[in-house]
This record gives sequence, structure tokens and C-alpha cells, in this order.
Amino acid sequence: MSAPEAASMAFETVIGLEVHAELATRTKLFCGCPNRYGAPPNSAVCPVCLGLPGVLPVPNRRAVELLILAGRALGCEIAGVSKFDRKNYFYPDMPKNFQTSQYDRPLAEHGALEFEVGSRVHRVRIHRIHLEEDAGKSVHVAEGRQEVAGRLGDSDFTLVDYNRAGVPLLEIVSEPDLRAPDEAAAYLETLRDLLRWLEVSDCKMEEGSLRCDANVSLRPVGSLALGTKVEIKNMNSFRSVSSALAYEVVRQRELLEKGDRVLQETRTWDEERGVTVSMRGKEHAHDYRYFPEPDLAALVVDRQWLDRVDASIPELPAARARRYRQDPGLTPAQASWLTSSRSQADFFEAAGATLEVVTWMANELSRLARESGLEITQGRLLPKALSEVLALVEQGTISNKGGRELLEHLFREGGEPAELVQSLGLAQISGEEALQEEVLAVLREHPQAVEEFRSGKDKALNVLVGQLMKRTRGRANPQVARRLLEQAALQDEEG
Amino acid sequence: MSHSQTRLSLREVDHVARLARLDLEPDERERLALQLGLVLEYVGRLAEVDLEGVEPTIQARTNVFREDQPAPTLSPEVALANAPARQGDYFRIPRILEED
Ligand SMILES: [Zn+2]
Repeated sequence: MSAPEAASMAFETVIGLEVHAELATRTKLFCGCPNRYGAPPNSAVCPVCLGLPGVLPVPNRRAVELLILAGRALGCEIAGVSKFDRKNYFYPDMPKNFQTSQYDRPLAEHGALEFEVGSRVHRVRIHRIHLEEDAGKSVHVAEGRQEVAGRLGDSDFTLVDYNRAGVPLLEIVSEPDLRAPDEAAAYLETLRDLLRWLEVSDCKMEEGSLRCDANVSLRPVGSLALGTKVEIKNMNSFRSVSSALAYEVVRQRELLEKGDRVLQETRTWDEERGVTVSMRGKEHAHDYRYFPEPDLAALVVDRQWLDRVDASIPELPAARARRYRQDPGLTPAQASWLTSSRSQADFFEAAGATLEVVTWMANELSRLARESGLEITQGRLLPKALSEVLALVEQGTISNKGGRELLEHLFREGGEPAELVQSLGLAQISGEEALQEEVLAVLREHPQAVEEFRSGKDKALNVLVGQLMKRTRGRANPQVARRLLEQAALQDEEG
Repeated sequence: MSHSQTRLSLREVDHVARLARLDLEPDERERLALQLGLVLEYVGRLAEVDLEGVEPTIQARTNVFREDQPAPTLSPEVALANAPARQGDYFRIPRILEED
């Protein structure tokens, strides 16, 4: 198409994501080496994952089961018969010179994930989910300079750690159903929350246990054919997924508007410069020569196995959010916030699942958690203790302020709420007799405010209440204090 | 069957050699073009079998699994024992050149 023609044209963005998630198994996919992040280099390796000659890989049943679980939760069909294949390529992070993966018979296909952006519900189809092994980790080193990970160009040699080689990975491939960078980010977040909810993966982007590549193309609005797609790699955080895709969409649109062509290529996101950069030469003539892995038996998932996995699927976050919106009537924002993590939602239920509970969790507890760099559920506060604190506030045993103080103590130190009310001296003084003496003292010490109140200035009562709270270090029940002060001030007048 | 039908083309030989990271001498290319052709032809005889209605066999065995239980690992010392070069407990390898 000509440049002027293209310039006047509106384009639609088409994005598909390939997500890799490391499975939360104890051991690797084909050997008993521990699947552990951050172990000393080359300490979690054995002949199988080092690709030594003559070894026999044996699949980890749990890894297969976790894939089926994720697949079912995403509405996929599970293949009755599936298999592993060798994907052949030479790269030092893969000591066998091939990656064991699944080619034409993935374990799961044809699912979908729903999520909301704003108040619009989006549905993205899942093309396939397959099981494969992770590669080792390379550090590219430039002599006499700092280590530079990921940059080959100026490196002098490479250090390789095979601890990650053979760790089980899910690859989840979406259909190109995403229409904007923020939709892609929301899809990824929803997928992460779901995989964590199912305890399939811990999905930590910063540790690389969740990784994401994207295919991005533009096409004239109304066109059904897909434009030339560009693959984007190296997006290492949710923020970089949004920014990389946003950048790429603009780059492609500008090319098309000038009447230029978009090249089919792989580009890497340069976080520092905020641009995508072509990885020239990387993608040409990929010929992986896939063939069925002769050392691994076929996978047969029968009805019984499927039923067993189905029975183990917990109530999913979307269903839980719907339930909370009905009872106890949370707002959509509250419900989706609570169900972003299963431990958080479980905490909410264990604490009584009331509107007060969510309010205190979203305000007080979130603040405390943020301050200590923890999740709400990682403090020492037990859900039962939260409901006790709320009951103490409700009964007037402690004030709201006292409740916050108590909660902070419980979150940091733990303990029994009722005992802490005593030991921290938080009990509210509600008893009229207990307060009477303080009330009279306040009236004696502030005759001017009393006078003003008697002459009709209602505001003066606030001054007196304030003084009483000060004398009792905030422990007086404000309603009771107010009533007693009012009575006493007026009574005095009559008397 | 004549050799010209059996042989691989030199382009195919070069492609396979590149994938296998092999540098071939000119006479090796010629020889392999014929040899690989003969191998393929021999294996190709399987294609003559009538498989109408036969389900493909992926593997003779199915569902051989291990439980998710840790097994002993090699110590870094043993793992690195045969490495041509090491640095600390890492395998040290020459600079990786990107393909062009
Ligand atoms: Zn191993």
C-alpha cells in the first residue's frame, strides 16, 4: 500500500503471548535433582541433567499432573495420548544439545482465560500448553570488567551453571487475541495469579520462574489477515511487558504509515534505553529437527486420572470473586484484590469474611505488610486474631485507634489479642463510674469552655472531649465521654 | 535406480552439515551426498508398507514415571571433573559467537 494510503489508515494491534512458568515441583523433570532457585552453582546436577552418555531420563509424575491441573483450570482439552520430542539445537546452556519438549502432541490444547480490564471482560483463547525442560544459566563475562549477563557481543567468555537445566517448565501459548499492551499485561497478571492459586508455579518474574515472550503485529482495522509479526523477548517484569509492547506498537505503526514494511524478526527489549532492538541473524533458518524422544514412554491420560485431577481443582479466583461480591457484598475492586492471591482470600475467609475484615485487610494490614515488605498473610497475625480484634472494637472494649495499635503489635509480634489489650493498656474506659472522676476534673480545669458550652456554643464540648481523651491517653470511649461531659456540664449549671 | 535419484543435493548436505556443526571437505561432501542418499533410500523402504487403518505407535511403553522425590546429586567437584575449563564452580566456555 502507498504511504498516503497507509497514513490515513487506522491499525489494529494483534498480540499473542508465550508464557513459560517453572513448575513448583521438588525435583527436576527427568531426574531427582532438586528444583531449587539460588543454590550454589552446579550443586543440583547429575548425569541425567548434565547430558552424560548412557543415562535414562524418567519423567516426574507430579510435573505431568501439575500441567494437567493448569490445563483443566484453563478449560483445555487434555490429550489422551501425548509424547515428548527432542528439539535439537546447539547452545551451551543445553548440555545434551537438545531440549526435551513436546512438538505435535502437547498435553493440553484449546482453553481460554477470562479477565477484566476496567470493567470490560476479555476472553483470550489458549492455543496449547506443553511440558518441557528449562535450560541452564549462562553468565557472559567481559575480561577485566563487570559481569554482563545476556550480552554476547562484548563478552570474552561464558560461565555456565546447570542447576536450572532440566527444571520442568510449562509453555502456555495464547492465540493472538490480545488487542493492546495493557490487555497483554492484564492477561499475564491473571495467568500468574491463577498459576499461583493452583500452586502450579511460584511465578516470580524477578527470579525467572515466570517468563514471557510476545508476538506483535498490526493490521488495518477490519482486515482479518494477520500482519507481519515480530517476536519480542527479554521482558523481565510486568512493567517491561507493557512498555516493550507499547514501544513496539508505535514503532510498527510509524513504519506502516511511512509505507515501509515490518520485517519478520526477533527483537529484544532494552530496558535501559526503553527500545526494542533487532536480534539480527538469530531467527534465520531455525531447523530444530524435532523427533519423538526415544528414551521416554508415551503419556496416556485416562478418564480416571483426569477425574482425579478435576476433583483436586480448588474453587478458582474468578468464582471466588463472584461469590464475595454476592456475600458479603464486596465491591468488584475489593473482590478482585482479595482473590489475586489464594492465601489472602483464605485469610479473609478464616477471619470471618465480613465487610469489616476486608476493610481492615485493605487498609491497616496492607499498610503494615507494605512497611515490612511482606504479604498480608506473612506477618504473625493469624486470621482468628484479626476477627477477635474486630470483635473487641465492635464491643467497645478498645477504640478504633486501639484496634490499629493492637493489630500492629499482632502483625509484628503475634500474641493473644485479649491478653495484649491488658498488657498494652488498650482497654477503653466505658464505665461511667470509672470516667466520672476524670469528667469532673476536666470541667474544673476548663471553666471557660464549660461557660461557652452553657451559653450555647456546642463546639466547646469538643474541646472538653479532647481534654478528656488526653487525660485518659485516648482510652475513654468517646461516645460515653461526650454524654457524661454534656450531662455534667449542664447539671453543674442547675446545681 | 540411478545414483542421481539416490543422492542428496550438495545444498542438502551443506544444510545438514551446518545443523550438525560439521566442516566438510569437498570430497566428503560428494561422498556424503551419496551415502546419506543410500541411507534414506534404505529407510524409505518402510514407506512401502501398507499402513491403512493402523494407528501410529508413539512408544511401545506408556506412563513410566518417577515420584517427585529428591535423589542424590553430583558434587560440583565431580560434575566439573571432566570440564576442559572451569572458574570457581562454573563451567567456563569460550566466547559464544552469534550466527550471522
Ligand atoms: Zn539431574
